Amino acid sequence: MSLLDVKDLSIHFGGVKAVQNVSFSIDSGIVYSVIGPNGAGKTTLFNLITGVYKPTAGEIRLDGEPIHGRSPNELARRGMARTFQNLQVCMNMSALENVMVGAHLRLDRNLVKAALRFPGLKRRDAELREEAAELMRFVGLDKFVDSRADAMPYGALKRMEIARALAMKPRLIFLDEPAAGLNPKETIEVDHLVRKVADSGVTVVLVEHDMKMVMNLSDRILVLDYGKKLAEGTGEEVRKNPDVIAAYLGAHA
Amino acid sequence: MKKNVYFGLYLVIAILIVLPFVVPNSFYLDLVIRMAINAVIVLGLNLLIGFAGQISLGHAGFLGIGAYASAVLPTHFGWHPLLAMGAGAAATGILAALVARPIFKLKGHYLAMATLGLGIILNIAIRNEAQWSGGPDGMPVPAMGLFGFELSSDKQWYWVVALLLSVSVWASLNLIDSPFGRALRALHGSEVASQVVGVDVVRYKVAIFVLSAVFASLMGSVTAHYVGFVTPNLADFFHSIELVTMVVIGGMASVYGSLVGAVLLTALPQALATFEGWETVAFGSILMLCMIFLPKGLVPTLAAKFGKGEKA
Repeated sequence: MSLLDVKDLSIHFGGVKAVQNVSFSIDSGIVYSVIGPNGAGKTTLFNLITGVYKPTAGEIRLDGEPIHGRSPNELARRGMARTFQNLQVCMNMSALENVMVGAHLRLDRNLVKAALRFPGLKRRDAELREEAAELMRFVGLDKFVDSRADAMPYGALKRMEIARALAMKPRLIFLDEPAAGLNPKETIEVDHLVRKVADSGVTVVLVEHDMKMVMNLSDRILVLDYGKKLAEGTGEEVRKNPDVIAAYLGAHA
Repeated sequence: MKKNVYFGLYLVIAILIVLPFVVPNSFYLDLVIRMAINAVIVLGLNLLIGFAGQISLGHAGFLGIGAYASAVLPTHFGWHPLLAMGAGAAATGILAALVARPIFKLKGHYLAMATLGLGIILNIAIRNEAQWSGGPDGMPVPAMGLFGFELSSDKQWYWVVALLLSVSVWASLNLIDSPFGRALRALHGSEVASQVVGVDVVRYKVAIFVLSAVFASLMGSVTAHYVGFVTPNLADFFHSIELVTMVVIGGMASVYGSLVGAVLLTALPQALATFEGWETVAFGSILMLCMIFLPKGLVPTLAAKFGKGEKA
């Protein structure tokens, strides 16, 4: 059984059919990429799977259990993490605290104990601070461990979101265009980072426009166009698919 | 957030210890007590507004519940004042929790309107139930007894209020730098980001709303016993706005800003009394100038200007 099963998934916004009857499965431990032209429905698909949108029709199963319609915080509990194409960073907090928030579900969140400064809570927080700093170094943000989030450049914030997602210790991580807006050097670093994340045993689902990165990293690729599944397979299969070539190059078959 | 945020707490405690020995007369001691009471309410409200990014325009209503619980229950039913205070706080907490769930499905202006309506309803209830509350004229409040001896002089009240304020500052500082507090600040910064890391956003909004409402209710009881008389003005819309203004002027998401806001806005009407009839105009102008030139509030703006300084 695969880790994630998506079957006939659709969502309509008024008359716009953003995702239509999309089905695919993701096995545990692989890097699975979703590609397609702008507006193909990639981010919408992410929002559906991570619970930000509720599907109009179809089903999503995690470990065979239906999860469609569940709220994002319930899905987080089941080990699902994500980053955002357009940053979702808490600018009112430090970079380190942003990463620490990722560990929310692993902590004692009791209000009274917090207000009375229970020693156990403080100790755990101090450990977490170390852990979060370690994660920031893991994603290559050594320089920014003591920064405020609103003082950091775009590329660093993109990676900070990855660190925050990893702080959840997820089984499945959705990366929405982690290399968008990055320079070539940073793109290569993110490429290596995604590889490191995958090697650590986390299943990675990637939306990305950088084809070199996608071909380089992906075990399997899903191609979307106008909200529909155009093709699915290994990099080689997808690259040779005439429909994919037509969609990307605009050629008439 | 660094260790040195607690430095401000020590400073506050030091000031509170010295203050009663340097205030020239009982008029100023009374002013200081009212400042401290407001400061505790504003601390709670700032957790809701400044840290969690929500709004309440009805907090005076909760304050009114506490104040009137302390007036009505001992007078009409012979309850012990402490028990009445607890009952007021419990009732406030339950009411706040009940209304918070539907209210926090709303955002922005809608949330402001809903809390505004709640505050107004509470105020109307107090005004109209004249057989219990004395109606618009208000009613006297029996003295607060504490373990056999009666709290009567301003000096005694001062120490009680000073202790409450110190504990509240300490607890607020602890709270914002904890898993609970980080979740609150995170849902302010980005609701969707906090959801996907597992924060149950509605639950946290409800929790902080209830907490700040209970703070207001308890301090309403303290005000009632201290002043010895309650009127519906305690619970009216203008008082709610005054409390929100203290948060905004002092500094959103700033513990020490809450104190500064409460102190300034409690003192300002007194200081402006010399303007004779124009004090409201002067008051309004000062608030407008503050918002134009210090939009983040006094403490955060000044802290940013002078580099380090407290970030809490």
